[in-house]
Amino acid sequence: MSILMFKGILVLVLFLVSLGIAAYSTYAERKIAAFLQDRIGPDRAGPFGLLQPIADGVKMFLKEEIIPTVSDKLLFILGPSMFMLTALMTSAVIPWGKPLEFGGVTYNLQVADINIGILYIMGVVSLGVYGIMIGGWASNNKFALLGAVRASSQMISYELAMGMSVIAVLLMTNGSLSLNAIVESQGTGKLYGFINVSGINWNVFYQPAAFIIFLVCAFAECNRTPFDLPEADSELIGGFHTEYSSMKLGLYLFAEYINMFISSTVIACLFFGGYNFPGIEYASTVLPANVVSLISVAALFGKIFFFIFFFMWVRWTLPRFRYDQLMRLGWQMLMPIAIINVLITGAVIIFFGN
Amino acid sequence: MSSQLIFFMLAALSIISALFVVFSRSPIYSVLWLIVCFFSIAGHYVVLNAQFLAIVHIIVYAGAIMVLMLFTVMLLNLNKETEPHKTNLIKFAAIITGGMLMLVLLAAMRSTELTTYVAPERMETGFVQNVGMKLFTDFMLPFEMTSVLFIAAMIGAVVLAKKEKH
Amino acid sequence: MQLTNRSKVVTKPEMTWMERMYLPAIFSGLSITIKHLFRKKATLRYPEVTREFAPVYRGMHVLKKDEQGRENCTACGLCAVSCPAEAITMDAAERKKGEEHLYREEKYADKYEINMLRCIYCGLCEEACPKDAIYLTDRIVPSDFTRGGFIFGKDMLGEKMDDRIDVSKRKKQYTS
Repeated sequence: MSILMFKGILVLVLFLVSLGIAAYSTYAERKIAAFLQDRIGPDRAGPFGLLQPIADGVKMFLKEEIIPTVSDKLLFILGPSMFMLTALMTSAVIPWGKPLEFGGVTYNLQVADINIGILYIMGVVSLGVYGIMIGGWASNNKFALLGAVRASSQMISYELAMGMSVIAVLLMTNGSLSLNAIVESQGTGKLYGFINVSGINWNVFYQPAAFIIFLVCAFAECNRTPFDLPEADSELIGGFHTEYSSMKLGLYLFAEYINMFISSTVIACLFFGGYNFPGIEYASTVLPANVVSLISVAALFGKIFFFIFFFMWVRWTLPRFRYDQLMRLGWQMLMPIAIINVLITGAVIIFFGN
Repeated sequence: MSSQLIFFMLAALSIISALFVVFSRSPIYSVLWLIVCFFSIAGHYVVLNAQFLAIVHIIVYAGAIMVLMLFTVMLLNLNKETEPHKTNLIKFAAIITGGMLMLVLLAAMRSTELTTYVAPERMETGFVQNVGMKLFTDFMLPFEMTSVLFIAAMIGAVVLAKKEKH
Repeated sequence: MQLTNRSKVVTKPEMTWMERMYLPAIFSGLSITIKHLFRKKATLRYPEVTREFAPVYRGMHVLKKDEQGRENCTACGLCAVSCPAEAITMDAAERKKGEEHLYREEKYADKYEINMLRCIYCGLCEEACPKDAIYLTDRIVPSDFTRGGFIFGKDMLGEKMDDRIDVSKRKKQYTS
């Protein structure tokens, strides 16, 4: 099996996994919402309602497709397509696990190990807002336009703080921007220099401030409550997707869940050691490489699922921010804290070594 | 060879999209074509092995500045009816300015020696570490000057924003 | 002007630095919601599980029959008189020869109608009935599209012999 073919299979698997997780995130969202509100949630389609996402998907496809006559038709279709495209593109640079070995050839579980991995993610995420803006504008609807405008200003504001919090992490990994290098650096070394368990040298223990800033910004970038102002059902009806119906609406909703999945993955990779699990070095000495690889993939997905749950948990706990609060939080609290965090991290690295 | 092919495709894409920026009737389409243009230029950077520059180009220009521009265009609701009438004087001034820019470009092209395209060797000049090294050693002064310029622009923006309180 | 001593002045104090961090408040909120994850759920899976009604629940009426399947009602009209919503109307008729197996006494209600939209389910008709003929049950009144559909006659209210309704919990205890 050539490397190229393996990459092709990996891309296909990632595509299906992204869509599958997005589909079951909708189910999980409804179930968790129900449980947090002392209800049961969907339980009619299949055992425990497990077929609900399929029913929803069928519903989305069979609904009537409405394109407003006064809309810009090309852009109206382009909007959701771009949003979905950018959402699916991000998973390319994420290291999903330890390399697999077949017949003496190692296969990296990463589509592209480019040396600017984290910047690539930030770049693609920043493009995601075009899908919202184009769709919102092309709808020719005031609510949609308001949602689009809110989304764009929110995304730009929080991207800065997000980038700043990432820089503090990058300073600790010898300045490498490759996600693979960032994850690997968290798998070796002792935590705080003396806790000698391999695989838990996670950045979150060194950079809690950066983690919290990144988490908040991730919520804002995904348009999740408490930062769901672009959608804001109660004030903007549906925000940028007010005019959308059928599968085009489905694409928007799906892409949002994929974004959430990718955000969780990036948080896990940057701050929670990615595919590393406690005792990974010991495990790789006693277990075959492929088993360790599979365990590492499972560890990463465990972390991802926890963060997806956390996203939903927060959604059903916190009310929405007001717009001025959102801007004040982004610019006057997160930005300064992130910059101070970068300065402190740099100073500590210079004066105390690593 | 394939690298050359990619270059020509990217070059064609950047020129065509740049032309569309000018000739599009709707300002929204202009902005979108400009984004396409930026992407093709980022592609050029990648061909030149400057990945860092390429992605920063996308993040800063396509991801932030063009979003703001799109934002403004959407809010202004520009369309044909509200387009202000241009006097002959303005048109004349525009022709002169454009002509002068073209003159500068032509002069610059004359002074450079046109060679055939050579695919760059695989080197690491475009990587983050090397770009950072260059910026803080050889190009220290221009880099710091740029940051002073940005500070000035930011202060200007704050002053403009605060003005309405009086 | 102060009217009472109970009035409170509403203040909106400036938030402290800690409060403006939002984080403690967020964590206390999160801990509250996570507790609900493990609570007993309030939902009943309705068609399979139905909620228990109280024994005094007053739902749709039933016109009772005795053990031999004869209607108890003698069309005395006490229920109609007692009804505060004036929802009950009836026409009395005399029992003919050969109808003894249908009606318990010589007089019976030829027509017995309750307007379910007027009925307030107070249960006074049940209290007024001297013949144990009308009772309110735990059945729920079915819905309909027209107003006319809510005027229930004997076909809707009368007890079916193959589907008897137990009203023993509501039976009047005569103590005199």
